[in-house]
Amino acid sequence: MCDTCGCNITDGNRHLIEGDGKLAQTESGREAISVLQGLLSENDHAAAHNREHFDRHGVLALNLMSSPGSGKTRLLEETIGALDGELRIAVVEGDLETENDAQRIRDKGVEAVQITTGTACHLDAHMVHNALHQLELDGVDILFIENVGNLVCPASFDLGQHRNITLLSVTEGDDKPAKYPVMFRAADLMLVSKSDLLAVLDDFSPQKAERHLRELASDAPVQTLSARSGEGMSAWLDWLRAEHAAAAERVARGETMRPAIQPDGQWLHAHQHDHGHHSHD
Amino acid sequence: MHELALCQGLMNQVERIARRERAGRITRILLSIGPLSGVEATLLRDAFPIAAAGTVAEGAVLDVQEQPVQVRCLSCGAESEAPANRLLCAACGDYRTRLISGDEMLLMSVELERRENA
Repeated sequence: MCDTCGCNITDGNRHLIEGDGKLAQTESGREAISVLQGLLSENDHAAAHNREHFDRHGVLALNLMSSPGSGKTRLLEETIGALDGELRIAVVEGDLETENDAQRIRDKGVEAVQITTGTACHLDAHMVHNALHQLELDGVDILFIENVGNLVCPASFDLGQHRNITLLSVTEGDDKPAKYPVMFRAADLMLVSKSDLLAVLDDFSPQKAERHLRELASDAPVQTLSARSGEGMSAWLDWLRAEHAAAAERVARGETMRPAIQPDGQWLHAHQHDHGHHSHD
Repeated sequence: MHELALCQGLMNQVERIARRERAGRITRILLSIGPLSGVEATLLRDAFPIAAAGTVAEGAVLDVQEQPVQVRCLSCGAESEAPANRLLCAACGDYRTRLISGDEMLLMSVELERRENA
């Protein structure tokens, strides 16, 4: 990490270290060592390797996050069917237990690796790294990483993905972005799922959900869809096509990409050499 | 978040630094944590003594500096504090802001005692 160039000193934390440089002596004669390292630096290191691996194979890696039961796997099933013959998909499934979701994906004729986390309620970069050993990425266009259903922990772990997609089903409250700001702030795309149920769940307003997302200073696009009825699926598929095309161009230029917003430690790790200053653009 | 797991990762980082600096003991660890990092400072403080037991940082003071959420408005340029789930400009109300503080999850510094013969 950035022990030397100091690019991760922000306006918000600079006062903590000024006048307290490396090896500064404290009053007690002990030595204070300036570190400035993200607390997830081990994870970030593994995530950077995963990202290089994806880029080398020309794979667009998408991290799918949501609470349990919002329809991530169902969306993937329908997406695989709709893009059959057009884009080749592979899936990494994260759950605490069972191979059920990976089996559902395999039944669609697509390669899937199940990560069972036991008690851990999120995927981390090491788990994804291990799963990649079991996955043939040559010829794959898009790798979906279906994270453990949880609106808290997965948001803080970089897996090496290029984009974060957060689902919010209409069976949940439309104020979820206000309740789980860390998660929804991380979204590059928010999908309001199960829209076929809006007719019976008239207390959920997609507009309110979007407003709560905007209040997190997020410009991420919001799409409302139903994998079950097919409503809104074409806009989602177009987003995937556009992201995939952009990824191919990016790889051709030798560039990589990260989700728009990652917590400090992760963000800094990948940007320390190409940014003079910390910003959140 | 996983504050205990995070503390155990922190111990790995701190032990590496202690080896590099030939430190006999780590006496203080300074962290900078913002609410939008997803880490709960209270849980971190609770988890720390468990993770630190038996390590070079056993008995060290864990100093967690909690950072305020601050945004800079892209529209009017004002800088203001904001609640973690309402990152609006306090001056003009615009939602198009950039976070300038509040998502930190950083090990800022450690204080250590060197070994006598180092």
